[in-house]
Amino acid sequence: MNEPMDFLIWTKGTAFNIAVTIFVIGVILRLFEVISLGRKQNLAEARGTEFGPGMKTILTRSIPDLGTFRRQPLTVVTGYMFHIGLFISLFLFVPHIELFRATFGISWPGLPTPIVDAAAVLAIVGLLAGLWHRIMNPVMQKITTWEDWLVWALTFLPILTGYLAYHRLVNPYPVILGLHILSVEALMIAFPFTKLMHTFTVFLSRWYNGAMNGRRGVES
Amino acid sequence: MADKSTLGDSLRRHGVSRRGFLKFCTATASLMALPPTMVPAIAQALEKARRPSVIWLSFQECTGCTESLTRSHSPSVESLIFDHISLDYHHTLQAAAGDAAEAAREAAMHENKGKYILVVDGSIPLGDPGYSTIAGISNLQMLEETAKDAAAIIAVGTCAAFGGLPQANPNPTGAVSVADIITDKPIINVSGCPPIPTVITGVLAHFLTFGSIPELDQYNRPKVFYGQSIHDRCYRRPFYDKGLFAETFDDEGAKAGWCLYKLGCKGPMTYNACATTKWNQGTSWPVESGHGCLGCSEPRFWDAGGFYNALSVPISDNSQTVAFAGAAGLALGAAAAGINFKEKDAAQKAHETVTIDDLEKSS
Repeated sequence: MNEPMDFLIWTKGTAFNIAVTIFVIGVILRLFEVISLGRKQNLAEARGTEFGPGMKTILTRSIPDLGTFRRQPLTVVTGYMFHIGLFISLFLFVPHIELFRATFGISWPGLPTPIVDAAAVLAIVGLLAGLWHRIMNPVMQKITTWEDWLVWALTFLPILTGYLAYHRLVNPYPVILGLHILSVEALMIAFPFTKLMHTFTVFLSRWYNGAMNGRRGVES
Repeated sequence: MADKSTLGDSLRRHGVSRRGFLKFCTATASLMALPPTMVPAIAQALEKARRPSVIWLSFQECTGCTESLTRSHSPSVESLIFDHISLDYHHTLQAAAGDAAEAAREAAMHENKGKYILVVDGSIPLGDPGYSTIAGISNLQMLEETAKDAAAIIAVGTCAAFGGLPQANPNPTGAVSVADIITDKPIINVSGCPPIPTVITGVLAHFLTFGSIPELDQYNRPKVFYGQSIHDRCYRRPFYDKGLFAETFDDEGAKAGWCLYKLGCKGPMTYNACATTKWNQGTSWPVESGHGCLGCSEPRFWDAGGFYNALSVPISDNSQTVAFAGAAGLALGAAAAGINFKEKDAAQKAHETVTIDDLEKSS
């Protein structure tokens, strides 16, 4: 009789402690590693500066590029849908903000729940369309590795279970809330060791790209 | 002892008018989500219902459930239904004591074999039978003995339904619920700490009317009362959806009646009828009085996180874990960076400049 609640309590207690420990140690370790390794020294003569083009690329790579959009519209559209949807549902849902406040000591204002709900649907549709694109597109097929499937599933499950829990579509409630928390914990544990780390390194790598091109005197 | 008089006789004796009785039947039908066409059937069945024998066993409990059921309402038809049952054994309420009390229980069991309703409040200790005994009989033994010939069992309160407070971590007595022990009888869990009085009279009325138990949810609770969450029926819900929350118990938000989620309300995970039936004859209920729901009708509510922590907050204080993990990450990261810098430095020192001439010579 008490099993659903035992499960929820375990995910909110022991499992969360394990996941947050691995996540925090892993992310900090990986960031140190990535930053301290830096890039291989380029011995060729510099034809331009690094800093300016690096900063510029952080901006230019963050807004959609018309050429890419024409060639791969789905990549661009699903990418934005999913990332914006995920950002809103993860960071602007009040219960999540309360969790950040309790765990990391920082908080910020949230959004009304109907907006968060719509954002979650946007993220789910974006991810499903992205998956379809990955399966159907020949180029995507060739460049997809097992890690891509894993990362997709680890990202999709928290949003799906969160949606199901919010709308109470699974009974009893502690089961679906527990599954939601557990799926996030799986994501947190895999986070530092997979391409999910791009969350923290995205602007850094954009800067590197711009800086390398700038040094070569190439526009990026 | 169960006598031959019907509920109709009993109500008339207490001066309840036909009109009052039908009003009660209508209210019961609507409370239990039955169609209005059922009202005459309910009235007829209740009218003719014989006094059922009820044996009430109290184990590891605080008597809060009995207090709730017997004292929270002023005399009403509901309480007369409650009076009407032949409460043949109840520690707190019966006049008899000692051997006489136990004899009453045994007589009721014997005379109404297979027909009596067993009500249990309190959890049963399995750790050591000595933790809770009545007349030298352990709770486990008394429950097994009394449940054997019961028609149905009503587990009143969260302790009897799920283990409740006695089962809270670290559960020193090894407390378990009725359903953990009895598996071959219909069990109706009327959870809550304490449960709403109307819920138990509703369950009894259902039993008297249909001779069966109402439809139950996954936790064996009557769906009519436990079918919806506090959160979904809360009158403060619009504030939750708008993102308007009380941050402390005395801020402007609290005064304006905003949502109590951030102050620890467990309404979203709690299924009970408080938001609709309210307490003390519909006067108020916890959230209306300005305090968040504790989630008392759910299993292990005592262990499910601090009462004043938001539902989404982890159970243990994670700030220390995060601080330690952060320190460990920094230490490991610094070590990794040190090794990386050393390697890069060595590579740079070992670097030799190669000219075209060198390459031509070696080829």
